[in-house]
Amino acid sequence: MSVLQVAALLLVAVVGTATALTREPLRQAILSSLYGLVLGILFFVFQAPDVALSQTAVGAVALPLMILLALAKVRGGAR
Amino acid sequence: MTAAVRRAVFLVFGAGLLALLLWSFGGLPDLGHYVGPYGDLVNALTIPERHSTDAVTTVNFDVRGFDTLGEDAILFAAVVGVAVLLRVLRDEHERPRPEEDASGRRIENTSSAIRLLGAGLVGPTIVLGLYIVAHGQLTPGGGFQGGVILATALLLVFLSDQYITLRRVGPMALIEAAEGVGVAGFALIGVAGLIWGSSYMENFLPLGTTGTLLSAGTIPLNSVAVGVAVTGGFAFMLSEFLEQTLVVRRE
Repeated sequence: MSVLQVAALLLVAVVGTATALTREPLRQAILSSLYGLVLGILFFVFQAPDVALSQTAVGAVALPLMILLALAKVRGGAR
Repeated sequence: MTAAVRRAVFLVFGAGLLALLLWSFGGLPDLGHYVGPYGDLVNALTIPERHSTDAVTTVNFDVRGFDTLGEDAILFAAVVGVAVLLRVLRDEHERPRPEEDASGRRIENTSSAIRLLGAGLVGPTIVLGLYIVAHGQLTPGGGFQGGVILATALLLVFLSDQYITLRRVGPMALIEAAEGVGVAGFALIGVAGLIWGSSYMENFLPLGTTGTLLSAGTIPLNSVAVGVAVTGGFAFMLSEFLEQTLVVRRE
């Protein structure tokens, strides 16, 4: 395993733990986006570029965006 | 169940899970030492049999194309589910906020830097998405990845505050149609294999020269069909969420 791969694994562990431990939904959504990006980097350095592309597009953009929009709707409704 | 009991139960089962995981990781083959015939077979046959340089796309859109049809159907079901959940309810009303309704007026709290960046990135995003869809059989990526990237162009339009304008100009009907057309197209290309070939999803088209845009037979066609479906599906889901957030108000 190369240094890059070990670094990517550690990064995923740190960001994943941080995402799980965050309690505030807005911050958690942003962190989950970062987690999606880091996971994409992990797949890329482990030579799976196809999966990395899917992971980055869905995990870093589409999913957090839907959470954010749902949060905006929920908060707008409460106002 | 009190918090202390819950934590104790979690710790016991968490420790068990950790032990099992570590045990199973010990039995994994080393990185780059793949065991099993299928991956090696696909790697060896992708170029000679399909004239495609991306083994993953070849598996997704040809060797295991039928699985992708199932995934396409799952995405379709998910999109329909979102549409049903986010429909305009009886006590809700479609009404843009006054400041969004007035044409030409800007919402004050979006900085011009974000608006400019968002608007400037719409074009490059669409080009990148189209590139990834079109080069499915050549480079990593394909219909799914490119489709998601294409759909995020809609998000950039929203970031640059032009969503209400876009809605008035209206590719919404097109977006709604794209999902169905893409899924149906993928299924019909499979049927074409039944007509001009001998089995469902047979790669019946000429394979062309390896490494060119129009090579690998039906793989690029399938990639485009999935790209259209995924673009439509994700853009539709995003627009439903945006509608709920921006346009629909509870009376």
